[in-house]
Amino acid sequence: MNLILKNGRILDPASGRDEIGDIVIQEDRIRDLGPGIAAPGPGTLDCTGMIVCPGLIDLHVHLREPGFEYKETIETGTRAAVAGGFTAVCAMPNTNPVNDNAGTTAYLLQRARELSSARVYAVGAITVGSRGEALASIGDMHRAGAVALSDDGRPVMNAQILRRAMEYASMFNMPVIQHSEDLNLSAGGAMHEGEVSLRLGLPGISGQSESTMIARDVLLAGQTGAHLHVAHISSGESIEAVRQAKKRGIRVTAEVTPHHLTLIDEDIKNYDANFKMNPPLRSRADRQILLEALADGTIDIIATDHAPHAAHEKQQEFTRAPMGIIGLETALPLTLRLVEQGHISLMRAIEALTSRPASIANLPGGKLQAGAPADVTVFDPNLSWTLDPAQGRSKSRNTPFAGWNFKGRAVYTVVGGRLVYQLHN
Amino acid sequence: MSESSSAVARPLLPNLLAINDLDLKQIQHLLALAADFQQQTPAKSLVGKRILLLFYEASTRTRTSFEVAARRLGAETVSITASSTSIEKGESLLDTVYTLRAMAIDAIVMRHSVSGSPVLVADHVDVPVVNAGDGMHQHPTQALLDAFTIIRHKQRIAGLKIAIVGDLLHSRVARSNIELLSRLGAEVRLCAPRTLLPPAFASLAPGLILTHRLEEALDAADVVMVLRIQMERMRESFFPSEAEYVHHYSVTADRLRAARPDAIIMHPGPMIRGVEIGADVADSPQSVIREQVENGVLIRMAVLQSALLPARFSKA
Ligand SMILES: [Zn+2]
Repeated sequence: MNLILKNGRILDPASGRDEIGDIVIQEDRIRDLGPGIAAPGPGTLDCTGMIVCPGLIDLHVHLREPGFEYKETIETGTRAAVAGGFTAVCAMPNTNPVNDNAGTTAYLLQRARELSSARVYAVGAITVGSRGEALASIGDMHRAGAVALSDDGRPVMNAQILRRAMEYASMFNMPVIQHSEDLNLSAGGAMHEGEVSLRLGLPGISGQSESTMIARDVLLAGQTGAHLHVAHISSGESIEAVRQAKKRGIRVTAEVTPHHLTLIDEDIKNYDANFKMNPPLRSRADRQILLEALADGTIDIIATDHAPHAAHEKQQEFTRAPMGIIGLETALPLTLRLVEQGHISLMRAIEALTSRPASIANLPGGKLQAGAPADVTVFDPNLSWTLDPAQGRSKSRNTPFAGWNFKGRAVYTVVGGRLVYQLHN
Repeated sequence: MSESSSAVARPLLPNLLAINDLDLKQIQHLLALAADFQQQTPAKSLVGKRILLLFYEASTRTRTSFEVAARRLGAETVSITASSTSIEKGESLLDTVYTLRAMAIDAIVMRHSVSGSPVLVADHVDVPVVNAGDGMHQHPTQALLDAFTIIRHKQRIAGLKIAIVGDLLHSRVARSNIELLSRLGAEVRLCAPRTLLPPAFASLAPGLILTHRLEEALDAADVVMVLRIQMERMRESFFPSEAEYVHHYSVTADRLRAARPDAIIMHPGPMIRGVEIGADVADSPQSVIREQVENGVLIRMAVLQSALLPARFSKA
């Protein structure tokens, strides 16, 4: 089966290509691309007025399977992914059981082959049960296909364990993804510590609970030579630690979520737990620093931290509700909103969602070139729409963006040469 | 609030969740209504109304105060406390509220240990919700009764120097009082160890004075409001020991000499004599602590009537 993406604006950050043209896909690969290279025929999708870019890649997704299928499954999570323009997602290991061994990694990847619309990559746990005490079977998980390591949801508090994990992981060139949070500093917290938390009477999670951890971890990365990837960076102070580390040549990369780039603590309305996540929405000043850091490359990529929870779990007293929001179907429109507002260029936005995440996790996609896997996203940058969570593909609806008006949306999503998603108006 | 000309007049107080929900007119109305209730035996204005007292946190004092207030106005009360079966079984807050709502409830008075819980409930029911204290957030009727008590003694709030001393960080009473007394024109001073008084407190109201020195807070004060210190905070290392807290922050007769001679002493209770407040102070003629309890009933009558009756029947 061949597919022709005709007459779209081709944006490819890896090569810098930005031109109107066609992409010819044969089987699971891109055969050729460029201006006016294909005559219309069967299998042609008219992309006039649309942007054609590498398939979006999300390094931080909670698919919840196995163990929490009432929140999300591989099937529903990846359906949401492709509807949001993502062709590949990295599944975090905080499932039940935790993905801390080769058997669970293999099971996850097998399930994904059977049920997934998108490519699914496995992130293995750093420590057994993500308890932070003993190294998980990192080498075996790598052999089974895991591309990165993380105890996400929890930090590795013990510096000695993290150091050993970094040393060990560096043999396999796997990034160690740290959820940077000093649990002593953040204990009991429910939202960003500041004037708003004080007024609302909610226990705070200070910016320092993140930045002090990152400061420690970049030093360990420098010492071990390992690749530290900072998950969902949120605090302005953390940015300085990452910037200094990069300047010194330490192998550190960082991701930021669309919600931390968009919302702030002042947006928490009526104790709605759909505004509760970890790390929390930070201050206005923090958000400004994040936007600048994304633009200048200190923050490398955008990742969703897609974290589905059931309605009954979120409709609780604020401190009791679980942390996290869904994000796969809003990431692209929220990012385009930042472009529209002039915070980042379109090319940088696409880079942060495609070629950079691919290079961080050593994934094959993220670029448009002859011979590359045919993972392609086509989106209409001018399409206006309103988010109705009930229409979402995710099993859960925990989003603070219900009712938001967006401009821009994925129209065609192609994974391995297959049209896995098409927007129907 | 918008002036509605529809046939059904709205209550003056659709909800009372936080002090900042109230405009100045509503505050004055509530204080005046409470004064009326003090002057003359009130009419049974709430006969036929059923008020749910939903107390997720034990508080005999506040629950009884609302109960007495409701009954004096002729309303019926239904009390659900933390030990009630449905709550014990781990039923969710909203499920409990929906179930109870089905029993023809006209208003909900709610106490909860988690900040914002009454706000969550108010978002999901169509009857007035009165916050009787939620976590570290707000305790609006306590602040109103404190303002009422101060006015009884000082005839005004504006221009008074009011010191609030104690565990401000964890205090809903402090947050409500800071907002209310500042709005009414008092000079409000906050005093606690640095660990219990973060600088962000200054953002709660314009003109607040933050100090870690008790003598500075008490200097020429007209009102001294003492807050409880929970020993649990010591275990969390907010301060080193009870003895050290007493050495530096206990409001004793000796220290109180810095305040104005006619200063009044307040405490929202429950108080521990010899810790945050000296026994000699708690029981001195300057203490209005018992009066606060009496005034609590009057303010809660004013709040319940304003929440349940259309504005035009709820005249001050
Ligand atoms: Zn995390």
